[in-house]
Amino acid sequence: MAGNAALRAFGRLWLKPLTLLALALPFIFLAWQWIQVLTGIDPRAMGTDFVAYTHHFLGDTAIRVLLITLAITPLRDLTGWAPLALVRRRIGVAAFIYSALHMIAYLWLDQNWDLALLWEDMVLRTYIMLGMLALVLMLPLALTSTNGMIRRLGRKAWDRLHWLIYPLAVLAVAHNLLMVKVIYGAPLVHAVILAALLAWRIWKLAAGQRATARA
Amino acid sequence: MELTFRRNEAYQALRSEMTPHESYIRRREFLAAAGFTGAAGLLGGLPAHAQTASAQGAAVQIAPGGAMKARTSAYTVADPTAAEQDFTSYCNFYEFGMDKDDPPRNAGKMNVANWKVTVEGETDAPGVYDLTSLIDYAALEERVYRHRCVERWSMVVPWIGVPMWPVLNRLKPKPEARYVQFLTRLDPSSMVGLGFGGLDWPYSEALHLNEARNDLAFLAVGAYGKGLKQQNGAPIRTVVPWKYGYKGAKSVSTIRFTTSQPPTAWNTANPSEYGFLSNVNPNRSHPRWSQTMERVLGVGGFNPQRRTEMFNGYESQVAYLYKDIDLIKFH
Repeated sequence: MAGNAALRAFGRLWLKPLTLLALALPFIFLAWQWIQVLTGIDPRAMGTDFVAYTHHFLGDTAIRVLLITLAITPLRDLTGWAPLALVRRRIGVAAFIYSALHMIAYLWLDQNWDLALLWEDMVLRTYIMLGMLALVLMLPLALTSTNGMIRRLGRKAWDRLHWLIYPLAVLAVAHNLLMVKVIYGAPLVHAVILAALLAWRIWKLAAGQRATARA
Repeated sequence: MELTFRRNEAYQALRSEMTPHESYIRRREFLAAAGFTGAAGLLGGLPAHAQTASAQGAAVQIAPGGAMKARTSAYTVADPTAAEQDFTSYCNFYEFGMDKDDPPRNAGKMNVANWKVTVEGETDAPGVYDLTSLIDYAALEERVYRHRCVERWSMVVPWIGVPMWPVLNRLKPKPEARYVQFLTRLDPSSMVGLGFGGLDWPYSEALHLNEARNDLAFLAVGAYGKGLKQQNGAPIRTVVPWKYGYKGAKSVSTIRFTTSQPPTAWNTANPSEYGFLSNVNPNRSHPRWSQTMERVLGVGGFNPQRRTEMFNGYESQVAYLYKDIDLIKFH
């Protein structure tokens, strides 16, 4: 049991700061590429189309961090390593931050803050609408992710509100799937992972109901 | 210059009976038997001026990246050209993979030496041609064109090649031919991206012959003073600057004249998004990309935004082709 105790201690002491660092790494990596381009150290650090590169990088990171958020509970249940639950909220907040950066990059680099263009994009392009909707739904979740807000809302109301992560994850993955000319590669992998994570929850729910019925 | 095919009954009979490939092989035998020797002899019924070029030692296919001489033409663009490295490293050529850097990595394995082009369909000159008999490498010109991708980016590219129509005309389309279809070579041994399933292979593109007759329509064999690299469509591709980039067929191995509109790759895959005409049109929006603006690539710094022009800036040269056509409906 000494090993388990050590693991628990590690979880308490190091898991939170290490998670924070891991969540910041994609941002640090992207910032370094920008510095290389802007200072001329390596003008090609982001390839030919660094606008597309930047907002695809941020979007991919956002969706992956969101999927990791959804994977924490199944992982905790499978491994029995309770400290994992301590970092779930900060991973979720990071998913929101990357999504917001993704949208800022789109508005700034792609749309040049042109609201008429933005409106056209929103109305005519379903995937933009889905992405915006996902981001809007994330906002209340991010804002209520402090200990204080959990206390104020009460656990039940908080859980109800944060159930929104399921529909918004579906919206985000749909946004990802619809934006490509041909569905392949990463968007497809994201969709399969989301489907598996949702299936796991449905299966747990059904198992719980069967157990209740038996009891 | 008018193309004169050898008037030989046996040869004509062979050509009408055989499949194109066989006819090519047999033609070689025939010509060898008839005493033709050397490269020019093997070319068969080639344009007279190509024979001349061969006599000058210029009818040799220039390898990818090989130095290529061309005279300048009146076709230029005031904006700066894209850096060559961007042109060769940022490519859509799905047969070699779906990401922009896949074709530069993978396409070099395609062997493009001694390239053959099959000419078929509604033509009086079907057969398999050596590329050197279609393209006069001694009479190349450089044309700086805008290249507008449907993905909302653009590059200014200095292509090298020849105008399309004189070449097609020498291939004797029959009076009833109304379209010309270009098929990209299908080379499973080098094309690692054939399995993705989104498009039908070989890649097909087509033009109405009236469009092909427009002087802007171009057959490129080079760019930036060099033979085209494979990822850019070596050794020969079509360039139709008033249309979205995918209308340009790369690595063309078949030219087919038809009476009705041939199926084309993106139009078949998704007709509501990619029309047959695919003219650059900022007034018709696309479900994935706004077409009112474009990011100019390859000019360094921030990719500047530019307003997309009707027909990609070539309106005065091509608008007559579509004067009674609703370009929103027939996009």
